[in-house]
Amino acid sequence: MTREIQYRQALNEAMFEEMRRDPLVFTYGEGIAERGGSFRVTEGLLDEFGPMRVKDTPISESIIAGAAVGAAIVGTRPVAEILFVDFTALSMDQLVNQAAKYRFMVGGRGKVPMVLRTQGGSGKGLAAQHSQSLEAWFCHTPGLKVVMPSTAYDAKGLLKTAIRDDDPVIFIEHKLLYFTGGEVPEEEYTVPFGEADVKRTGSDVTIVAWSLMVHKALEAAEQLAAEGIEAEVVDPRTLVPLDINAICTSVRKTNRLVIVHEACKRGGFGGDIAARVMERAFDDLDAPIERVAGKNTPMPFNTELEQASIPQVQDIVTTCQRVCLGAKGAV
Amino acid sequence: MATTPLTKSKIAKSKLLQMYRRMALIRRFEEESIKLYRLDKIRGYFHPYIGQEAIAVGSCGAARDDDYIVSTHRGHGHCIAKGADVKLMLAELYGRKTGYCLGRGGSMHIANVAEGNLGANGIVGGGMSLAVGAALGSLLKEDGKVAINFISDGGVSIGIFHEAINLAAIWKLPVVFVIENNFYAVSTPISQSVSIETLARRADAYNIPGTCIDGNDVILVHEEMSKAIDRARSGDGPSIIEMQTYRHTGHHCNDPGKYRDPKVVEAWMGKDPITRLAQHLGAEHGVAEGDLTAIRDEIKQEIKDAIQFAEDSPSPSVDEFLAGIPDYSFEQND
Ligand SMILES: Cc1ncc(C[n+]2csc(CCOP(=O)(O)OP(=O)(O)O)c2C)c(N)n1
Ligand SMILES: [Mg+2]
Repeated sequence: MTREIQYRQALNEAMFEEMRRDPLVFTYGEGIAERGGSFRVTEGLLDEFGPMRVKDTPISESIIAGAAVGAAIVGTRPVAEILFVDFTALSMDQLVNQAAKYRFMVGGRGKVPMVLRTQGGSGKGLAAQHSQSLEAWFCHTPGLKVVMPSTAYDAKGLLKTAIRDDDPVIFIEHKLLYFTGGEVPEEEYTVPFGEADVKRTGSDVTIVAWSLMVHKALEAAEQLAAEGIEAEVVDPRTLVPLDINAICTSVRKTNRLVIVHEACKRGGFGGDIAARVMERAFDDLDAPIERVAGKNTPMPFNTELEQASIPQVQDIVTTCQRVCLGAKGAV
Repeated sequence: MATTPLTKSKIAKSKLLQMYRRMALIRRFEEESIKLYRLDKIRGYFHPYIGQEAIAVGSCGAARDDDYIVSTHRGHGHCIAKGADVKLMLAELYGRKTGYCLGRGGSMHIANVAEGNLGANGIVGGGMSLAVGAALGSLLKEDGKVAINFISDGGVSIGIFHEAINLAAIWKLPVVFVIENNFYAVSTPISQSVSIETLARRADAYNIPGTCIDGNDVILVHEEMSKAIDRARSGDGPSIIEMQTYRHTGHHCNDPGKYRDPKVVEAWMGKDPITRLAQHLGAEHGVAEGDLTAIRDEIKQEIKDAIQFAEDSPSPSVDEFLAGIPDYSFEQND
């Protein structure tokens, strides 16, 4: 049995289910207890689980991230929340030098089963310090897992997996997705890491996109279909581990690849995916891989400028047309 | 040489002898390891603990065996004080497969997680979050454990110092912050880094107890730590104890420490924590010099065996290391 619930409700259900299942799971962050979080993801947890397991913190991004490392090392399963991914800049030593490396440094004799929940992306006029997409920072650090769900279904299943995982997981939600609806089963389920989901099948071009961009890619695919181009939309769901095999399988079918991400293009994770596909499936490509990505700029405040800074549906459509028609003429 | 006597105390003679042994073991471990460093048997950064032994030993001696400690870049002393096997420690400094961290951590990341040493840290102040987090975890698990967080005088100036102690204070976490004030951060004297006389005064900002003591008096360290640990364990929250001490060596093995006034260094040498404990044991407990020599002879042999163990231990296999990377990168073939 499924029903339609919001992305934020799906996350909320995951928290309830995991905290009921395991008394060592607990959560804390700024305004998450009494207030239930800025996006109501932690709503109701305080009432059921009490102030030992659901805690409001001072504005201390370093120790929010860092205390999770220590608590995880001694065997609990903290879910720490950082309000905006932008603020993880203040947590970086804890995530990069402590969390990511601990299990390795101690020769595997300790582990760090923590989750850092945060949210990123633009679209609400929050300007340069509250709108970034910083996943590439974390992907570049061996020892961290990086999760970016695009739907309510994935959000719930992936958060449950993240909480059960024995390594540090950076779980990045998107601020425009919280109040979007999606089909979610009534029954318990999890979504494994490292398993991409084909959100739409097609034979002419593969679009790899994650988080909010999955929805833009799907819209673009509908427009392309009207012109006779069938796009396959592959959502990796987790960037680390990345399901490169699923991406290559799709590319072997479509022979074309467009990668879409909201993060700025320079140093973005799309470049890494492109390189990996070329290393594995160069002979299957009929056209150069293209990236549709954010501009290399701090996010502006003004609505039109903000829109101009990140990929739009039309950009994806145009790029896919170029990639398809450039090589084959009309598909 | 006449030295400042130690605090009189009710600590049993057997316990004092045990602490003497640990302090002398640290001293010998460091002295011999420095020689091995000079012979290129040990590489990387090596920050000796010589001169500060009373702090690690007095603090760990006051804790329960199952309590946690979190250490610093100057971490060998803490590791030994917490009960580590010097064989496995030296093997780690040698980068051998048999070391505590399989040769992956070295001096700056040495840890003995199984026995509650959550590890040294290459980031000054980096361990504070681990200690606070461990205390938070203990509170949630209700296992009654306390975390002892060794930090350095340089550590009081780093941002996490504030966030960590503030969180511990508001949540009454079972953690004790031990500031080992050896008056220098590499070559920078503490007076140039802070505008207060005693670092323990920082405690006022968090409304927690803060005391400043002679860190070369192992009995005083033990007593003050016992109080702070009891307080933490009974749910009354954290304390800061500043322990003043001095390193006998430079900052690391390659630092001659020329920036320090030789007269001051000399004066501190006269306050050597191990000599003071030896004199105390003689004067207050009638321990004969011969008994202490016997302990030191045992230690010599223990370190000799550790060196042999490290020498005989294999290096980690490169193939095994490479094959194991997916376990940490979470992906095959990349
Ligand atoms: C965050 C950070 N900054 C700088 C360094 C380089 N560094 C290593 S030890 C040290 C001095 C530390 O002095 P102190 O904190 O007093 O400890 P001590 O060496 O005296 O034990 C510095 C600056 C570092 N390891 N971490
Ligand atoms: Mg110092």
